[in-house]
Amino acid sequence: MLEIKNLHVKLEEEDKQILKGVDLSVGAGQVHAIMGPNGSGKSTLSYVLSGKDGYEVTQGGAQLEGADILDMEPEERAAAGLFLAFQYPVEIPGVGNMTFLRTALNGQRKARGEAEMNSAEFLKLVRAKAADLQISNDMLKRPVNVGFSGGEKKRNEILQMAVLEPKMCIMDETDSGLDVDAMKLVAQGVNALRDAGRSFLVITHYQRLLDHIAPDIVHIMADGRIVKSGGPDLALEVEKNGYADILAEVA
Amino acid sequence: MALAQVKADLTDVLLARHAVPTKGAGWASEARAEAAARLRVMGAPVRRDEYWRYTDPASLTAADAPEAAVLAVDEEPIFGAVDRLRVVFVDGRMDADLSDDLTGEGLTIEPLSQALATDIHWAREVYGVLEARGQTPVARPLAALNTAVAGAGLAIRVTGKVSRPLALTYLHHDTNSDAVIHHVIKLEPGADLTLLENGPAAARFNKCLEVDIAQDAAFHHVRAQGRDHERRAVTHMFARLSARSVFKSFTLTVNGVLTRNEAVIEFTGDDAHATVAGACAGDGVFQHDDTVFVTHDAVNCESRQVFKKVLRNGAVGVFQGKILVKAGAQKTDGYQISQGLLLDDDSQFLAKPELEIYADDVACSHGSTVGAVDPEALFYLTSRGVPAHEAQNMLVLAFLDEAIQEVEEDVLADALRGRLQEWLARRQSA
Ligand SMILES: Nc1ncnc2c1ncn2[C@@H]1O[C@H](COP(=O)(O)OP(=O)(O)O)[C@@H](O)[C@H]1O
Ligand SMILES: [Mg+2]
Repeated sequence: MLEIKNLHVKLEEEDKQILKGVDLSVGAGQVHAIMGPNGSGKSTLSYVLSGKDGYEVTQGGAQLEGADILDMEPEERAAAGLFLAFQYPVEIPGVGNMTFLRTALNGQRKARGEAEMNSAEFLKLVRAKAADLQISNDMLKRPVNVGFSGGEKKRNEILQMAVLEPKMCIMDETDSGLDVDAMKLVAQGVNALRDAGRSFLVITHYQRLLDHIAPDIVHIMADGRIVKSGGPDLALEVEKNGYADILAEVA
Repeated sequence: MALAQVKADLTDVLLARHAVPTKGAGWASEARAEAAARLRVMGAPVRRDEYWRYTDPASLTAADAPEAAVLAVDEEPIFGAVDRLRVVFVDGRMDADLSDDLTGEGLTIEPLSQALATDIHWAREVYGVLEARGQTPVARPLAALNTAVAGAGLAIRVTGKVSRPLALTYLHHDTNSDAVIHHVIKLEPGADLTLLENGPAAARFNKCLEVDIAQDAAFHHVRAQGRDHERRAVTHMFARLSARSVFKSFTLTVNGVLTRNEAVIEFTGDDAHATVAGACAGDGVFQHDDTVFVTHDAVNCESRQVFKKVLRNGAVGVFQGKILVKAGAQKTDGYQISQGLLLDDDSQFLAKPELEIYADDVACSHGSTVGAVDPEALFYLTSRGVPAHEAQNMLVLAFLDEAIQEVEEDVLADALRGRLQEWLARRQSA
């Protein structure tokens, strides 16, 4: 599904190398987790994959289902099936949640040559998914993320994911700032989407989320590289001993 | 040449440009003559004047109106969905055939020429009177010119709640038309009127609107200044507010090479409210200037100024807004915000916000910002699959909507939103 090879990324504006050769291969239907200390480059990886400005790829590449994505515009990547649940979802005053989501869905459909969804169908779809995530009608009517609590913002990310049905879901610390109940809702939302044709890359600090969303493979990222990969046990090890031991071991 | 001489010569040009109406009651002739005299004292506006620094008035004071192509549009008029009483002006002249019968509930409407030819008429208390009051401390010579020469316009007296809006449409048919329109409106105590205005009016348009609002009366005003590209307009709105009255005015401008909209609001009675707001979108040769002066001379009045401008391809937006709180105007709540959204590096937003306060128990705030489309928001939208141009349009509309929300009536606000959406859509396909 997602193949990242020797990815080197620096900041466009400064001479600062952030990713220093990331290799990662996520198979169809798999759930991979990335853990790692703050500042190790996890968010940068997710941004570079989804097409945010400000980064320069100096070496290596990334493919989604065999297509090079790094030359695509963000909306083309979305239409190709990539989705990033933001660590910090953006508040957009004046743009209605529903208008936004419908324009996004139909933008993707149009780009793929599919028929657009009419408002009645769309409304029905969103209402159903929103109910599962306990997102109220009032939240749907509000401007994108404006006045949402931290947890509501994260649930809204999962709602977007559920409606857009991407193939490759990247979730950047979706669990941070969530209480236990909200985390269960988010995990249920994710698990409901798990499917042989859909893959997940779950960036997290904590084992907690991985209790609910069982990963196939866990990677440890440090200083711009994947320094260790393993099974679910690796996450438990991090939870127990922190990163120090692992980092010392690979140094 | 000395500046005074330049201004005097230009004043001669201005007064020679328009035929002064000969018919008129004694009081009207006097009002016109006094306005001409005021204009001579002030002199025609020039770029060196303090309030014309950002907008060059040369094409407004030139002898001939610069030619302006007529835009052929076959779309529904902007307020077409609203049940309204219609009056149509073509190149500055009222067209009775295109207008509705001027009889409406709680409302008397006469052509200005008729009111000014009547010896005993309420218009005497308003015509040129509010304009003259509004000449200090900032001179508005083109408004005085308007009073001196205007032949067309309406005298509107409102005695009750008017059931449907009065809609004035200003059509532009002649590429060289140079129109002067002057309306006087008097709202009696407790009266309520919604005035809609739409259209470019002429190649060059000078409009003056004087609104005298008695106690407990409310005046709502929504205007769209047409879509013609080459037209020029200078408009003036003078409003006097009595106790507990309400004045709310919103203007949408897209296109037009030059627009100067002046608003002069004076609170003379306590507990009144005034809002002056506007949104504009300009692309290319576009100079749009809002010059607002609000004088608080009463207790516990609230004023709001909300202006938003989206500019691209070298378009220029100007905002000059002042709140003057006179001594004794305690409990004044004055708010002012002006914001420019620049879609490229060639465009400019120039703002001159001013506060002058002589009372101690007041809450006044003003803010002005200029910036580009928020890249974080743009990325968030596009990362979900919203095409980049649509994402930008959504953010532009969101920005302008903060001004449009000042319009209370949803059907009117939606009409304005629709026009902006179409304006953006036309640019996207180009
Ligand atoms: N736009 C940026 N400007 C400056 N520094 C950046 C920027 N983006 C990332 N960095 C730096 O790159 C490193 C990796 O950051 P990030 O990807 O956010 O790490 P993580 O998500 O693993 O905590 C940090 O040192 C961070 O300060
Ligand atoms: Mg991060």
